[in-house]
Amino acid sequence: MTATPDERPIRVLVAKAGLDGHDRGAKVVAAALRDAGFEVIYTGLRQTPEMIVTAALQEDVDAVGLSLHSGAHMTLFPRVLELLRAHGGDEILLTGGGIIPEADMETLRALGVGELFGPGTSLAALTNYIREEVAARRGVGSAPPDA
Amino acid sequence: MGSADERNARVADLAEAMAGAIRGGDRRALARGLTLVENESAQGEALLATLGSGGRAHRVGITGPPGAGKSTLVSALTAAWRGAGATVGVLAVDPSSPFTGGALLGDRIRMLAHTADEHVFIRSLASRGALGGLSAGVYDAADLLDAAGFDPVLLETVGVGQGEVEICRAADTTVVVLAPGSGDIVQGMKAGLLEIADVLVINQADREGADALEAALRSAVELRDGTPPPIVTTIATRGEGVEALRALLEARAASDEVLPQRRFERARARLRAAVDRRRADGFWAQRGEILEATARAVAAGESSAADAVRALLQEESR
Repeated sequence: MTATPDERPIRVLVAKAGLDGHDRGAKVVAAALRDAGFEVIYTGLRQTPEMIVTAALQEDVDAVGLSLHSGAHMTLFPRVLELLRAHGGDEILLTGGGIIPEADMETLRALGVGELFGPGTSLAALTNYIREEVAARRGVGSAPPDA
Repeated sequence: MGSADERNARVADLAEAMAGAIRGGDRRALARGLTLVENESAQGEALLATLGSGGRAHRVGITGPPGAGKSTLVSALTAAWRGAGATVGVLAVDPSSPFTGGALLGDRIRMLAHTADEHVFIRSLASRGALGGLSAGVYDAADLLDAAGFDPVLLETVGVGQGEVEICRAADTTVVVLAPGSGDIVQGMKAGLLEIADVLVINQADREGADALEAALRSAVELRDGTPPPIVTTIATRGEGVEALRALLEARAASDEVLPQRRFERARARLRAAVDRRRADGFWAQRGEILEATARAVAAGESSAADAVRALLQEESR
């Protein structure tokens, strides 16, 4: 079975950043993305931005989903984005969720972070968003046509 | 879209550039290269052709039932090899869902200690429908890590039962990891997992039942032809016994006889499998209609399966 660049499975890293120990949401999201047919790399609790970005680059993921409840979203999201860009991961979608005020979401979007999802978001909305956004980003990527 | 020649030239140029980057230690290029070979793309083939498929690294397969501690042992072995100055590549396979194709790849959780180490490269692979505990792309992925200079390359299978023995065709050395409590597995293991073990590891050796497991293993492997595999006990969470295991694996790699013979067998099996697969793809691509017609005849009881097979194969020789 040969997969062309566009039909290969979507790979997503799901990470829990920050020092709080609540990873239930991240696990639920990871399972939902798996059930949607994605290959989900789950790295567990208390990941630093450096660890998240190293794992994302080694795994060559299409998207990083960051879960955080520690209130540190205004430092962690920009830091992860900065490290991704510094190491050639510009086209990787950074998205995520947690308790994030709308105004902060706006600021983060302006930096280049993708949609962020608050409590009560349907898992289908998240899955569809990642699928559409990754398809768009793969479309403009530098991958040559498969011979 | 250019002509096929132009496209091939472009693929070759890209492969050349990527190979150069990988040789220069560019980890992003390596990660992208792994994606290409994992997807069995033409670019991945071109990359391996340019880079060469290594042939230097000791490929160590780690297999065993779920919960035996494979990932923890891989992490502890990685630490031991790093302590000895080696650069370590890790390929960890987890199962894909046969229904959705999705996969939850969680082996990295036990390997976080190495995330910041630039001399360790870890990649998770989904099995993508392959049976036998590995994925179809793992062979090429191991070639790529080998060519990129990682030695050893550790291959961790999905949690296996008895019959999933594909790892012995991908690895130079197969380590079968068991934990106390899998003793009753050993009872039934006349075939399969125990036959492919070059080294047996009893992990979680501080748990009750370790002695009984060792006794069961000793009596089981005595039934094998030739020299029985060594049995090593470890407590991977604390690193105990891991240096002894590493030393044993190193000694095996240093032998002039063991690995060359295994590599030859590995290459032969791989070539056969690859040719079989391509021939089968080509064969069926041209026989959609006749397959349909023959299958209807068999289903309706108008033809026996054996006659139908003969008819299909006769079609091939024409």
